[in-house]
Amino acid sequence: MPTTRTLAATIAATAIVALTLTGCSGAADASGTAGAVDAATATDVSAFGDLAGLEAAANEEGALNVIALPRDWANYGAVLDLFAEKYPEITITEAAPDGSSAEEIQAAENLAGQDTAPDVFDLGLAVALSSTDQFAPYQVAGWSDIPDALKEESGLFVGDYGGYMAVGYDPDAVPAPKELSDLLGDEYKGKVAINGDPTQAGAAFAAVGMAAVQNDGSVDDFQAGIDFFSELNAAGNFVKIDPTPATIASGETPVVFDWDYLNVGYGTQLEGERNWEVVVFPGTGYAGYYNQAINKDAPHPAAARLWQEFLYSDDAQNLWLAGGARPVLAEAMAAAGTIDTDLFDALPVVPDETVVPTADQSEAAATLLGEKWAAAVQ
Amino acid sequence: MLLFLALPTLIAVGTGFVGADGGFTLDTVAALGDPVVLAAFGSSIWLSALTAVIGAIVGALVCYALIGAPADGALRSTIDSLSSVLAQFGGVMLAFAFVATIGIQGMITVLLRDSFGIDIYADGVWLYELPGLVLPYIYFQVPLMVITFMPALVSLKTTWAEANATLGGTARSYWLRIALPVLAPSFLGSLLLLFANAFSSYATAAALTSQGSQIVPLQIRSALTSETMLGRENLAGALALGMILVMAVVMTGYSVLQSRAARWQR
Repeated sequence: MPTTRTLAATIAATAIVALTLTGCSGAADASGTAGAVDAATATDVSAFGDLAGLEAAANEEGALNVIALPRDWANYGAVLDLFAEKYPEITITEAAPDGSSAEEIQAAENLAGQDTAPDVFDLGLAVALSSTDQFAPYQVAGWSDIPDALKEESGLFVGDYGGYMAVGYDPDAVPAPKELSDLLGDEYKGKVAINGDPTQAGAAFAAVGMAAVQNDGSVDDFQAGIDFFSELNAAGNFVKIDPTPATIASGETPVVFDWDYLNVGYGTQLEGERNWEVVVFPGTGYAGYYNQAINKDAPHPAAARLWQEFLYSDDAQNLWLAGGARPVLAEAMAAAGTIDTDLFDALPVVPDETVVPTADQSEAAATLLGEKWAAAVQ
Repeated sequence: MLLFLALPTLIAVGTGFVGADGGFTLDTVAALGDPVVLAAFGSSIWLSALTAVIGAIVGALVCYALIGAPADGALRSTIDSLSSVLAQFGGVMLAFAFVATIGIQGMITVLLRDSFGIDIYADGVWLYELPGLVLPYIYFQVPLMVITFMPALVSLKTTWAEANATLGGTARSYWLRIALPVLAPSFLGSLLLLFANAFSSYATAAALTSQGSQIVPLQIRSALTSETMLGRENLAGALALGMILVMAVVMTGYSVLQSRAARWQR
């Protein structure tokens, strides 16, 4: 068909790849035993003796497969570079940097047994909760410092970095919004975008959640959020292109709903080209954390565990902070004095009240969005 | 070849009948009756039909204008090769071209706004919505029409026009009684091909519109990759089944019309 990539072709290719790949599984060595330690069953660093033992085992594997880690997302570029610098013997393979959480799990299922399968995942909460049978439990050294609400108790997945749903805007193009309803005004005509479709992307889902709690609704009922975007659409203010640093730079999307750390990231990236301010609306804030997990079929189980230990080290946690995200160990690090206080104090002010939807609330909201969203913004 | 084309189709269709637990179920296929899915099929069909009709008419007019030019002349060969290239010029490139020209900060938008005071987005930014897809789609539909319809126009024999003139016919009677009936199957066939082309098109829409998954291919993407609505991978199979049904009807029509048209092209 003469229209670039037709869907049928994509499906066909995927099916063929899946077929040929399952044919040659077993070729990869998934046992990953380093010395006497079976890394694939290690649930904390003591299985390797100490961190040096884990490092030795990981170096022996010599490779780490990560997936869906965009380099401009919460400072992941710097995190990956620091890991590569610290462990030069481990080659990092970055697959599908713009993939979704759901695609990470699909890749793990399709590539199970291959040495190209992802070792570790970085997941939104909804996917993490529904995919626990794909994870190997592991508790990092700083486990006890991680707030209970942000980790799965056996260590199947652990919150790592997060933030508040915020609005980024170009102060040269629009007046500063003080509250959500300001965005319905005439000054914002054809200017407001969401990072993705809420029926698909976690960040966009959170944007509707934030609009709901700011618009007299609650996380139990996203209808108020859907109503807000429906009004925004009727006012002609809603722009339905997917915002990227490119659309922000060109002025196509001067107002963007996104996580505060991603909005801060856009500002850093476009320094000198565009001014970019970030506001978390006062009142109730909508927070979300991304989670780390290890693939139970990880082809490099020791490297996967070393990656986890690395991500929860002070260095990496401070890198999240440098990217504008709130590291999960922030409180403990502030108490221990290991946090970068300049960066910590520079984060947008935390709203009076913070909500994070539970699994049930997320599911109900997703169902509601599936029914209502397409029609609400048409 | 059969394996290459048929097997993925069968797998795609097959997943539509598999439930989340791996057993046989009709539930996912029943989900095709969901209002959101029906609306997506509706949008897909009207978008494809509209751009196919416009593309076919404009393309046919271009062809008609071209038969006056010498067959091996520079004009014909330039348009021929241009059409072959532009018919493939869909997807992200095309979407970007439109954002750069008639996006909110696009060259033409800004020119119209600043120099002529015309704001094409006075009622909201339609480029990133369903109606905004019409223009980009026509952009690859017209060249495709030129490629597929040109051979039919060329096969109109000059002897027919002469016979018509000899028998005292007018230009009107030539077109009404000879040319149009001969060309009709080719024209309708090309129209169906254009419809199928737009119906299965995905990347242009994916790059331009990010809200609501208004057409079926975007619904399939949503079902496969969503990180907020989980466990709907099998709905993608059911949606593919729906698309294949529509395509089967269209392509059957196309082959029937083609066999009629082929009679006059020998």
